[in-house]
Amino acid sequence: MAKNILEFEKPIIELENKIEEMRKYEDNLDIKEEITLLEDKVTKLKENIYDNLTRWQRVQLARHPERPFTLDYLYLMTNDFVELHGDRYYRDDNAIVGGFAMLEDQKVMIIGHQKGRDTKSNLFRNFGMPNPEGYRKALRLMKLAEKFNRPVITLLDTPGAYPGLEAEQNGQAEAIARNLFEMSRLQVPIVVVIIGEGASGGALGIGVGDRILMLENTWYSVISPESCSSILWRSWDYKEQAAESLRLTAKDLLEQKIIDRIVAEPLGGAHKNHIKIAETLKEILLEELKELTKIKPDKLVQNRLEKFGSMGVYVE
Amino acid sequence: MAWFKRSKENISPESQKRDIPDGQWIKCDSCSEIIHKKQLELSNWVCPKCDFHFRIGSEEYIKTLLDDGSFKEMDKKMKSGDPLEFEDTKKYAARIESTMSKTNLNDAVKTGTGKINGAKVSFACMDFKFIGGSMGSVVGEKIARAIDKAYSSKMPMIIISQSGGARMMEGAFSLMQMAKTSSRLARLAEAKIPYISILADPTTGGTTASYAMLGDVIIAEPKALIGFAGPRVIKQTIGKDLPEGFQRSEFLLEHGFVDMIVQRKDLKETVSKMIGYMTN
Repeated sequence: MAKNILEFEKPIIELENKIEEMRKYEDNLDIKEEITLLEDKVTKLKENIYDNLTRWQRVQLARHPERPFTLDYLYLMTNDFVELHGDRYYRDDNAIVGGFAMLEDQKVMIIGHQKGRDTKSNLFRNFGMPNPEGYRKALRLMKLAEKFNRPVITLLDTPGAYPGLEAEQNGQAEAIARNLFEMSRLQVPIVVVIIGEGASGGALGIGVGDRILMLENTWYSVISPESCSSILWRSWDYKEQAAESLRLTAKDLLEQKIIDRIVAEPLGGAHKNHIKIAETLKEILLEELKELTKIKPDKLVQNRLEKFGSMGVYVE
Repeated sequence: MAWFKRSKENISPESQKRDIPDGQWIKCDSCSEIIHKKQLELSNWVCPKCDFHFRIGSEEYIKTLLDDGSFKEMDKKMKSGDPLEFEDTKKYAARIESTMSKTNLNDAVKTGTGKINGAKVSFACMDFKFIGGSMGSVVGEKIARAIDKAYSSKMPMIIISQSGGARMMEGAFSLMQMAKTSSRLARLAEAKIPYISILADPTTGGTTASYAMLGDVIIAEPKALIGFAGPRVIKQTIGKDLPEGFQRSEFLLEHGFVDMIVQRKDLKETVSKMIGYMTN
């Protein structure tokens, strides 16, 4: 546990440990009042810290190893999830998972990047970095959803598409391009949620949709702050500045009108309360789907074209 | 004290390099042959000795591909809006300004209409010399509009890509240009209007992962670097040297990701023929 505490979380954890310690003597000593006081202090401290996080700190939260991942959301939000495997061309990519599930009484197709929580599972999941097969599996499942008129929900959480030899050989770029092309004209609603890291084309490869949502402590941009630092500053040391320059937080993207909505996380981040964030997200997804399923397919596709068409800033 | 002491100045490989002053003569990057500018122009900027395809800009591609004087440029004045007020070691706004005056271009793509052996086409050509041919809002919007022109006027779409990928300095806006251009191409495809994608050296990153790889027919120039991740990043990731010819046109042809590799001198005739097969 201790290794997963971020620098800015330390003062909070210290206070919380202190309260914990005091609780042990609560019955013998008269320190109830003091505890209440300290608890108030923790709450205030938390609010203060989490309201004023730098962009880089948000990036760190987005990468927190205890954050819920796609499969966690599937187990917490849905019933009867049936995972479907393979791209039908080459193999099954474990960095992307997907399948049919029941969201309350709504039959949906859910697809998402999947990270691991320890070394072993991270190797199995390739740290959430898909190969072309992952994108092709995702597309196959989306076409399946379209065929049987089920809405699609995608959950984005990747440090990027895998930059490997085989990935290039098997057409990483083509696989992502194909998904953008096909998702833009899919005849069923697509809701996209960034649940952790939204790194570049690797994220966008399953990220074209009618509504784009971001959890509060996530990031989405064209490049990771580290890679940006190494290219533009020619050093890995400027990641904090790069994160600031890239304006990559949920709040930033809402201002840029690239996303439609921010999903509030429990105080301290999604990793503090998996059940709560899953409940919140489920409610919001149901709400969004209720609206989207009313729209006729043609109109849906037209709106989607206009939505992405309006993104960009230029001077004429 | 050394046994031998060189009394004359060191003979270094540097001094053997055939350095030539700027002007009329150009040295081939591949075989070091010295070629006169006029001769290079006549050979479509391809080395007559070793067949190396020089990196050329949109102006040169217009001459290579389109009928003389047929090009009519669209959205000529569109410029970047610096939406993030981005700053690295330099301000993005300043970078744009200096690149504009240095290259005489407004951004990394030129779009318009023209004719190829008499057939009207919508045409877009990127310029690598403008911030590495990177795709930001301007490139995305101009290409989207060129595709719209092809759609509304029912003429084939031709895009020549040469790009390092999406432009970092516009953050998520750049990323979204991939979705913008791809969705317009999807609409074009529904209308059964052909799209020919031509890949020049280099085509990487978000450009490859969007319109460059979506052609009905994809043509690559010889030995062009084409890929998603750059070779340096891949080498770092896998910790091994990359095989000879990895991510070059010939490699992509072998693995089934381009239709053909075409010499620059044959580009116009090949495109013209393909248009013939895909239009009535």
